[in-house]
Amino acid sequence: MSLHEIHVTINEEQEQVAVPANMTLMRMLREKLALTGTKNGCSAGECGACTVLLNGEPVNSCMVLAVECDGARIVTVEGLAGEERLAPVQETILRQGGVQCGFCTPGILISSHALLQRNPNPDEEEIREALVGNLCRCTGYVRIIEGVQEAARMQSAAD
Amino acid sequence: MDTHPTLPEFDYLRPRTPAEASEFLSGHPGEARPFMGGTDVLVRMRDGVLTPRFLVDVKGLDGANDLRFDPKAGLTLGAAVSMNRVIASADVRTHYPLLAEACRSVASYPLRTRATVVGNICNASPAGDTIGACLVFHAVLHVHGVHGPRPEPLSSFFLGPGKTTLEPGDVVMAIHLPLPPDRSAGVYLKLGRNRLSDLSIVGVTALGHPDSSCSSGYRFRLALASVAPVPLVPLEAERYLANHAITPESLGSAAQLAADACSPIDDVRGSARYRRLMVRNLTATALAQVWNRLTV
Repeated sequence: MSLHEIHVTINEEQEQVAVPANMTLMRMLREKLALTGTKNGCSAGECGACTVLLNGEPVNSCMVLAVECDGARIVTVEGLAGEERLAPVQETILRQGGVQCGFCTPGILISSHALLQRNPNPDEEEIREALVGNLCRCTGYVRIIEGVQEAARMQSAAD
Repeated sequence: MDTHPTLPEFDYLRPRTPAEASEFLSGHPGEARPFMGGTDVLVRMRDGVLTPRFLVDVKGLDGANDLRFDPKAGLTLGAAVSMNRVIASADVRTHYPLLAEACRSVASYPLRTRATVVGNICNASPAGDTIGACLVFHAVLHVHGVHGPRPEPLSSFFLGPGKTTLEPGDVVMAIHLPLPPDRSAGVYLKLGRNRLSDLSIVGVTALGHPDSSCSSGYRFRLALASVAPVPLVPLEAERYLANHAITPESLGSAAQLAADACSPIDDVRGSARYRRLMVRNLTATALAQVWNRLTV
C-alpha cells in the first residue's frame, strides 16, 4: 500500500505526516496527532462527531482521505478557542446546557461555528438544517439551538 | 462485529491528465476506480462491499473544479464541483433552481462539502437525489475514455442499480446542462423517513414549460427516484400531458401513468405498494405545483 508524505496546517501549526493511503483524515488527527477532540462515531458520514473544517468548510473527517489533505488548512475543535477565551459557540452552548455526554459536542461546535461564519444571523430552521448531520442522543437539541442563537446575538452585538 | 472498521488497503493515485487517468483505469479493469468526493465509495469500502486496489483521484484534473455558466450554452459542472458549491452558485439559483433544491435535499452540509453531482450520477443509485434534475434538464456527460473524450447523454446512461454505460478507462470529467426551456418551473418532492437528510423512499422531479409544439400547449418532464432499477422517466405520463388539455383531471391521470410505470421493491425504507401510491400522490402534487407556477 502506498505511503504518502503530506504537509498540512492544523490549528495554525504546520505538520508533516506520513500517511498510508487508507488512513482517513479522522484517523490521522486522532492516531498520528493525538487530536482526540475529533470523535469517531460511525465512520460513515452519518453522525457528524468527526466534523472538522477543511479549508474553511465543515467536512466529515471520516469521509476524507488524509492523503487528499496535502497542502490543506484544517481546524479541529482544539483550534476553535483563542488564547484567552472560548469561541462564541463554545461559550454559549456551555452556558445554555447544550452538552450532556459530550460525544457529539466537538462536531456540533464546528458545524455551528461554520454556520455563523457563512450566515451570521440564522433563524431556527437554518440552524436545524445546518446541524442535521450532527446527531445528539442526549439533549434533544433544544439547548444546542438556543446556544447557537445566543452566539449569533453575541456576535452581532460585538460587531 | 467491528464497530470501528478501518478502510481496506489500497493505493492512491493522482493522475495529471485525463489520458493518464484513462490509461491507468483501463489497464486495471475491476481493480481501479475513479475517485471524486468519496461519500459513497468510502462507505462501501468501509463495509467491505468494495475492495478496489487503486483509487484514482480525478479531482486535480483540468476543469474538474470548474463551475461555468454560459448564457448561450448552459451550465457545466466539473467532476470535483461539490453540491455545496452548486447550491451557493448565483447562476445555478437563477437558472437552475431545481438543481440547487435537489442538492439541498442530500444528507447534511458537511457531507455536501465533499459530495459531487457527477459522483451522485456515477454512483447510479436509483435513489440519487440530483439525478432527476439532471435528467429533466437533458444533461449530457463529458466522458474521457481510452479513445479520448466523448459526450454521453444522461437519458441512456443508467443500466441498473450501480450500473452504467461506462467502460473501464472511462472518467466522467463534467456534466453539462443545456439552457433551461423558456419560462420553465420545476420542483423536487422528496419523501424520506424524516424531513431532512434521509435517502428518498420516493423522489419526484417535475419540470414544465410552455411549448407550442404540444397540443396541450405545455410540455412536462418527469423523473422518479427509488421506484425502479434505474432513475425512471415515465414517458407515457409525459406524452399524456403533451396531448391533453391541462386540467386537475389530466394531471391526476398523468400521475397515475407515472405510478403505473414504476417497478418498486420492498425495502427497509418502504414497501413497493406504498412507493407506488406515493409516486401517484407526489407526482400529482408536483405537477399541480409546477402548473400553478406556470400559470400565475
